[in-house]
Amino acid sequence: MHVGLEHYLVVSALLFCLGLLGVVLRRNLLVIYMALELMLNAANLALVAFSRFNGHLDGQVMVFFIITVAAAEVAVGLALIVALYRKRQTARVEDLTTMKL
Amino acid sequence: MQDLFFYLFAFLTLLCGLLVVANPFSRNPVTSAMFLVLTIVSLAGLFVLLHAFFLAAVQILVYAGAVIVLFLFVIMLLDLKGEQRRKANRFSLVTGVISVGAITVIFIKTIFESHATATDTTPVLEGATQPLGRMLFNDYVLPFEILSVLLLVAMVGVILLSKKDLR
Repeated sequence: MHVGLEHYLVVSALLFCLGLLGVVLRRNLLVIYMALELMLNAANLALVAFSRFNGHLDGQVMVFFIITVAAAEVAVGLALIVALYRKRQTARVEDLTTMKL
Repeated sequence: MQDLFFYLFAFLTLLCGLLVVANPFSRNPVTSAMFLVLTIVSLAGLFVLLHAFFLAAVQILVYAGAVIVLFLFVIMLLDLKGEQRRKANRFSLVTGVISVGAITVIFIKTIFESHATATDTTPVLEGATQPLGRMLFNDYVLPFEILSVLLLVAMVGVILLSKKDLR
């Protein structure tokens, strides 16, 4: 069967759902963050596939921006995690329940 | 031949992605980070199959080169032991798997119901560096400049956040 747009979209959707599963199920803050990266990458794959099969380059420019923003986001997020760890000595989401009602 | 490579890379991507989130052998975050590298590299392979050569290179440089190193730095810095297997909350496990499975079904059904997305299935585009750069510096100059400011802001924020006496 010839590989078309649908194949790439299915891979992208499955990867996104894997990332979502990680965010929902894992309890370690860093692993949750990695799962978030997975979801961003799934979105990137979908954008590149659309850009290739529709003949516009805009999707790839968008992916370029997403990669840059993701890098900045990772830096800030990891700094937040480190600051949190200094205060609480934990990186588990179960122990971070200050804002719980 | 290309189809074979697609299935190979897609399989590798999904397998390594699964091992990032749910590794049955190890709960160590370092293992997750390593499998994240493998996921990124096989995704770059998929990008190459989509003729997005520049993005494949950027993907490997930025993600495997910078982001993962940052992750590993923080994991080593915090000295996280592998999560000991505490009793998983069965309710949250079941509800999480069910909701994510439902979303997966919705996604897949949407993809197969909508045939209008790709009118011609013959790929035409070459994502070489030159047209991409031309587009980036003609149509997208303003976002590009804003992005540079964003990077500066992120840098300042990180330095501020990681100061010792955070008030």
